[in-house]
Amino acid sequence: MATNTIEMKIKRQDGPNAPSRWEEFSLPYKPKMNVISVLMEIQRHPYTKQGVKTTSPVWDCNCLEEVCGACSMIINGRVRQACSALIDPLHQPIVLEPMTKFPLVRDLVVDRRRMFEALKRVHAWIPIDGTYNLGPGPRVDPTVQGDAYSLARCMTCGCCLEVCPQVTPTSKFIGAAAIAQVRLFNMHPTGKMHARERLEALMDEGGLVDCGNAQNCVHACPKEIPLTESIAAMGRQTTVHVLKRLFGG
Amino acid sequence: MIARPKTIVVGGGLAGLMAVIKIAEAGVPCQVFSFVPVKRSHSVCAQGGINASVDTKGEGDSPQIHFYETVKGGDFLANQPLAKGMCETAPGIVYLLDRMGVPFNRTPEGLLDFRGFGGTLYSRTAFAGATTGQQLLYALDEQVRRYEAEGLVEKFEYWEFLSAVKDGEGVCRGIVAQDLRTMEIRVFPADAVCIATGGPGVIFGKSTNSMVCTGSAASAVYQQGAIYANGEFIQVHPTAIPGEDKHRLMSESARAEGGRMWVPRDGKPWYFLEEKYPKYKNLVPRDIATREIYYVCRVLKLGVDGQDVVYLDLSHIPAETLDRKLGGILEIYEKFAGDDPRKIPMRVFPSVHYSMGGLWIDYEADGSGNIAGGSPRNHQTNIPGLFAAGEVDYEYHGANRLGANSLLSCFYAGMLAGPAMVSYAKGLEKSCEAVEASVFEAERKRQEETFARICALQGSENPFVLHKELGEVMTDNVTVVRYNDKLQAADNALLAFMDRWKRIDINDAAKWANQAVSFTRQLWNMLELARVITLGALRRDESRGSHYKPDFPDRNDAQWLKTTLATWTPSGPELRYAPVDISLLKPEARKY
Repeated sequence: MATNTIEMKIKRQDGPNAPSRWEEFSLPYKPKMNVISVLMEIQRHPYTKQGVKTTSPVWDCNCLEEVCGACSMIINGRVRQACSALIDPLHQPIVLEPMTKFPLVRDLVVDRRRMFEALKRVHAWIPIDGTYNLGPGPRVDPTVQGDAYSLARCMTCGCCLEVCPQVTPTSKFIGAAAIAQVRLFNMHPTGKMHARERLEALMDEGGLVDCGNAQNCVHACPKEIPLTESIAAMGRQTTVHVLKRLFGG
Repeated sequence: MIARPKTIVVGGGLAGLMAVIKIAEAGVPCQVFSFVPVKRSHSVCAQGGINASVDTKGEGDSPQIHFYETVKGGDFLANQPLAKGMCETAPGIVYLLDRMGVPFNRTPEGLLDFRGFGGTLYSRTAFAGATTGQQLLYALDEQVRRYEAEGLVEKFEYWEFLSAVKDGEGVCRGIVAQDLRTMEIRVFPADAVCIATGGPGVIFGKSTNSMVCTGSAASAVYQQGAIYANGEFIQVHPTAIPGEDKHRLMSESARAEGGRMWVPRDGKPWYFLEEKYPKYKNLVPRDIATREIYYVCRVLKLGVDGQDVVYLDLSHIPAETLDRKLGGILEIYEKFAGDDPRKIPMRVFPSVHYSMGGLWIDYEADGSGNIAGGSPRNHQTNIPGLFAAGEVDYEYHGANRLGANSLLSCFYAGMLAGPAMVSYAKGLEKSCEAVEASVFEAERKRQEETFARICALQGSENPFVLHKELGEVMTDNVTVVRYNDKLQAADNALLAFMDRWKRIDINDAAKWANQAVSFTRQLWNMLELARVITLGALRRDESRGSHYKPDFPDRNDAQWLKTTLATWTPSGPELRYAPVDISLLKPEARKY
């Protein structure tokens, strides 16, 4: 799109209890910009399109390479990372809003602590004996490594929760990300030994049964993690687990 | 003797989290402070891998060779006992990470796979696709979460470290930190504190670093008396994608997997590294590759389309191999540059990447250069009770770091720092809880006053504009090719920036989630540290590793085989020089 300016509209809110407002910005176009570099330009020249001085918008970001998961926000109605949102293909004015399923902190910043709490709940780790020199780890089939790697790239960005109809600011559903992590750890030769406790956690309140099978998560994931496939796999594992628990084995 | 001491680790990247794990494993509680949720730390950006001489490919590699190449790669400026300890421990570290569940790439037999990297001819680098740092950090994050669930570790995320608390004897007794949501400034007493806050790349404006890598915490303790060592040694990585917001790294692993660098000359590709370095080809150490690219673009004017661009070409390698071994970085190039590197050569240029210099730390070794594990001296700064680990410390890499040694050094540093903190804290006669409240209150008040002063800045300067200008001055004058007149001019510019800083318009009075105030405070710390980097470079009249002066093109061991030690004074850094421990390997000419 050949334009000389970048038009942007940002939803601003000073704090969790403050009213929200929209502010419009108009900046000179430069090639190969992304949403973050536009926000940085606004920081350097914090004036709205109408020429009114404002505070610079507040947002979360860190790596800017789409590996840290920090800069998720809603861009033109779609949740994604702001760093990899290049300006050229975006319809203007570009509309930025904070994610809606997490408590708002300020402007585009939200509080995603619930996601880290969920990882704690499902025991998303390998329980090693210690960090002493205990020799090499177990051998792993290269194809299993490939599958594990695709799950291990989850950066807890929150896109899958944002698009899930079962996740609301008050619901207890842990969401697709944590469920896929259970699959990851249950796949590992050592992690497998403790699969039971993770499956028990998935059967608790806010666990697997709360999934409504909308399948939005897998389309929203920026890392193309096989989320729905993982939810289905965990459904099977918990079923087998329940049967074993009922009949022994 | 203190049975159950209090510890604090500032920074939740690889080095910090490894220290936390070691502390918790010893049964000692630990509080972790991080500007971002620890899982989002800059360690995630490391791509290529982690070095360990396991020799699974029958090449005859050994930790001794790894040690030699690390020291040679660093142009003999590294203290050798720590580098030796790191290389000897490396295989055990990679095995440990494997046990933690890191999805390392595998051989058909299910063993760990290793690839080549810069500055070596051996396959020594274990890797998880091309997002190794992310995978390693996640493994540690998971282990720490386990200790958190057990109640031994307490995390303070979205908290900013402001300063150390020093008592009347100059001993570190805790920290002052600020909650970045409520803006509350609080004191946290501790018997041992570790700074693990990474490098200062953001001082150069655009770099491969994450936005949190301002060096602010290191600068804060430097201004409190901690020595900053070898600040002038800044690694500029040969291959990054230039961007408006940052420069994105294109891992050395691209060349390890067969990537070739070239520019068009007389209508044909000219593989300038392969021609000049027939043995190491595209895998010469980073400082050398970077200087060659500068020479090709700036002196020969042979950059692609006459610009500061060279090609990094993978298009001759089968797409399936690329996806399996380099997937993560190909995706970055596709997403941010918009082209498919499986089909078209990537357009890259060098970018500031890593600081070899950092906070000065001590270590204890025996007569044969073996590190005394558990010694409280290991990784302790010159401020008693204050430790440093990771990129923020100055050890291991000398004047230039080899690729895939940074993840390793972070890990090893954490493994040494954690136990050192525990034994130091347990050996104290007086615990932090017995320290007078006035000591803590004085430091808290000092930080409250700084905060209030910044909130009240009502001048005309924009802090973000000032930062951009700082980055330009530093990148133009204090990176790959250095001249004394330009370095002097850069320092004059820094002094002018410090003056302008006082006339900032803060433009945001919010007492809630105020990023402008936090950034402005960090900007001052960046300026203080920028002077250390610039004046260290100005003074060192030789060329060594990443530090290159055309007017002094040779390494000068007689005069400069020395560690630079910078101490803060109100009028700027005071520089002294200390001998380097070269007890294990004799310096020799560095040829590739």
